Amino acid sequence: MTFLSYLISGISLGSVYAIIALGYTMVYGIAKMLNFAHGDVIMVGAYISFCTTSYLGLSPLVSVLLAIVVCTVLGIVIERLAYKPLRQAPALAVLITAIGVSYFLQNAALLIWGSSSKTFSSVVGDWSIKLFNDQLTITGVTIVTVLACVVIMVALTLFTTKTKLGTAMRAVSEDKGAAQLMGISVNSTISLTFAIGSGLAAIAGVLLCSAYPMLMPTTGSMPGIKAFTAAVFGGIGSIPGAMIGGILLGIIEIFAKAYISTQLSDAVVFAVLIVVLLVKPDGLLGKRVSEKV
Amino acid sequence: MKQSKNLLAGKRDTLISFGIVIVAFIVVQIMIMTGNISSSLKGQLVPICAYIVMAVSLNLTVGILGELSLGHAGFMSVGAFAGIVATTSLAETIPAAPLRLAIAMVIGAVCAAIAGVIVGVPVLRLKGDYLAIVTLAFGEIIKNIVGVLYIGRDSSGLHFSLIEQKFELAEGGKMIINGPMGVSGVTKISSFTAGFVLILITLFIILNLVHSRTGRAIMSVRDNKIAAESIGISVTRYKLLAFVISAAFAGMAGTLYAMNFSTVTAAKFDFNTSILILVFVVLGGLGNIWGSIIAAALLTVLPELLRAVNDYRMLIYAILLIVMMIFNNSGVKERLMEKRAARRAAKQVSKEGL
Repeated sequence: MTFLSYLISGISLGSVYAIIALGYTMVYGIAKMLNFAHGDVIMVGAYISFCTTSYLGLSPLVSVLLAIVVCTVLGIVIERLAYKPLRQAPALAVLITAIGVSYFLQNAALLIWGSSSKTFSSVVGDWSIKLFNDQLTITGVTIVTVLACVVIMVALTLFTTKTKLGTAMRAVSEDKGAAQLMGISVNSTISLTFAIGSGLAAIAGVLLCSAYPMLMPTTGSMPGIKAFTAAVFGGIGSIPGAMIGGILLGIIEIFAKAYISTQLSDAVVFAVLIVVLLVKPDGLLGKRVSEKV
Repeated sequence: MKQSKNLLAGKRDTLISFGIVIVAFIVVQIMIMTGNISSSLKGQLVPICAYIVMAVSLNLTVGILGELSLGHAGFMSVGAFAGIVATTSLAETIPAAPLRLAIAMVIGAVCAAIAGVIVGVPVLRLKGDYLAIVTLAFGEIIKNIVGVLYIGRDSSGLHFSLIEQKFELAEGGKMIINGPMGVSGVTKISSFTAGFVLILITLFIILNLVHSRTGRAIMSVRDNKIAAESIGISVTRYKLLAFVISAAFAGMAGTLYAMNFSTVTAAKFDFNTSILILVFVVLGGLGNIWGSIIAAALLTVLPELLRAVNDYRMLIYAILLIVMMIFNNSGVKERLMEKRAARRAAKQVSKEGL
C-alpha cells in the first residue's frame, strides 16, 4: 500500500511538472530558445494567488484566474522586452539573457515579498478520499492536479490541431520564413505562445504550492529546471511527450526520495536527463531533425 | 602583417592583465601596511582572488570555447573538498602551511580535472542549450553527492561512505567531511599572497594557451565548428582540452576559497555561485581575460562600499546582464557605430571642403 501511495504522489508531482513542461515545450518548439525564466513565472503566479487570497480575501478561484492573467501579461512583456530584440542573435546570448530575466524575477520577488517563506493555503481545500479501509488516502489536491493536467493536455492538442491559430503555431515552429510567406504573423504567434505558456505556468504554480505549501522567491527555479528535463525526456516540441515525460519524472523523483535518499533525489532526476540526452536526444516521442550545414 | 598585429594584440592583453593584477596587489599591500583597509574588505581579499581565478577559467569555456557552462561551481566544490581532505591528511607530514596549500591546490586541480573529464566527455557531444542544461545538471549532481559524502581519517587511513556514515573511526580518528553538515574546524591557511600567486599562474597559463596554436584552434571551433573540422582540427579534442583546463583552475580556486573559511558546506557551491561567476564573465566581456579580472574584483568589492544599494545589487546585476546582451546582439551597437562613422565621415568632408 505504501508503494501505491508513493506512486500516486509521484503522478501528482509529475502532473505539475507536465503542466510546466507543456509551456517549456511550446516555447522551445517555436522560439527555439530555452526560456530559463519560465520557472520563475510559476513563482510569480503562486505569489499573486497567495496575495489575493490572504490580503484581499478573494475566493481561491478568482485568485487563480487573476494569477493566470498576471502571468500571461508578464510572459508577453518578457518576450517583447528581452527576447524579441534577440531573434537573430546567437544562442549563447539568448540563453544568458534568459538567465538574466530569471535572476531579475527572483530578485524582484525577493524585494517585494521578502526572503522568508510564506505558507500557501491550498486553493483546492482540505478534502481527501480514503480507500481500502482508510489505508490509502488521496488528497483533493492530487485529484484536481491530475484532472487539470489531462484537461490542459487535451485542450492544447485540440487547439494546435483544429484551430487556425494552432496551425499557424505549428507552421512557425517548423519554418519561420515559410510561415511568414504564407501570411502568418510570426511575432504575434510567438507572443501568443509565450502567453499560453505563462498562463499554464500560473496554474502550475498554484497547484505546486497547494501540494507543497512553502512559497519563496526561489520556489519556481528547481521545478522549472526539472520540467525542462521532463520536456526533453518526452521529446521537445511534443505535447503528449511533455505530459508523459513529466509524469514519469515525478514518479522517478518520488521513488528516489522514498527508496534511495532524500538528498540524492535531485541527482537521480538529473542523471535521467543526462542519460536521455546521450542515449535518445530526441526524447521518447520527439522527431529526429537532421542537421543542415 | 596580420599575424604580427595579432601577436601584438596578444602581448597587449597579457601586459594589461598582469599589470592590473600586480598594481592591485601592490596597492592593497600598501593599504594593509599603512592600516588603511577596512576589516570587511580585508576578509574579502582571498574570496576575490578565488572569484578572479573562477572568472578567468570560466571565460576560457564561455568566451574562448564558446560553450555555456552553468555548473562551474561544481568543479570549485570538488577542488574545495579535495583540498580540505589533502590539507587535513598532510597536516603532520608537512608542517609548512604555504607548501601544504600548494600541494592541496594541485590535488584539488587534479580531482577537478578528473571531474572535468567525466563531465566533459558526455556533455561536449551535445550542443547549445542542451549542453548548458547538462552542465547545470552535473553541477547539481556534484552538489548533491558531496552533500551526502562522509570522509573520516584515523590511524589506518581514510574512510569513505555515501548517504550515511557506515564506518567506525579508531581511537583518535577524526571526521573530515560530515555529510550535509560539511566541514568544520578547517585550519585557515589561505592568504592574500597565495591568492595573488595563484592568479599570476592562472593568467600565465591561460593567456599563453589562448595566444598559442592550441588557443587559435579552440577559437576556430567556437567561430565555425564545421569549417574547423574541415581543415583537420579535432573538435572534440580541443573542446575537451579547454573544458578540462577550465575545470582544473576552478578546482584550484576552490581549494584557495575553502582554506579561507573554518566551515564549508556543499550547499555553498550551488547554481547561484555558478551564475555569479557567469555574471562576472559576461560583464567583463566574453573572451576578454582582463575584463573578467576587473569585473570579478569590482563586483565583489562594490557591494561592501555601497551598502545603501546592497538590497538591489542582484536586481541591478540581472538588469545589466539583460541590457548588455541586447545592446551587443540586437544591432543597436551596429547602428550606433554606423552613426559615429557617418558623423566622422561628414566631419572629414567638411574639413576637406574648407
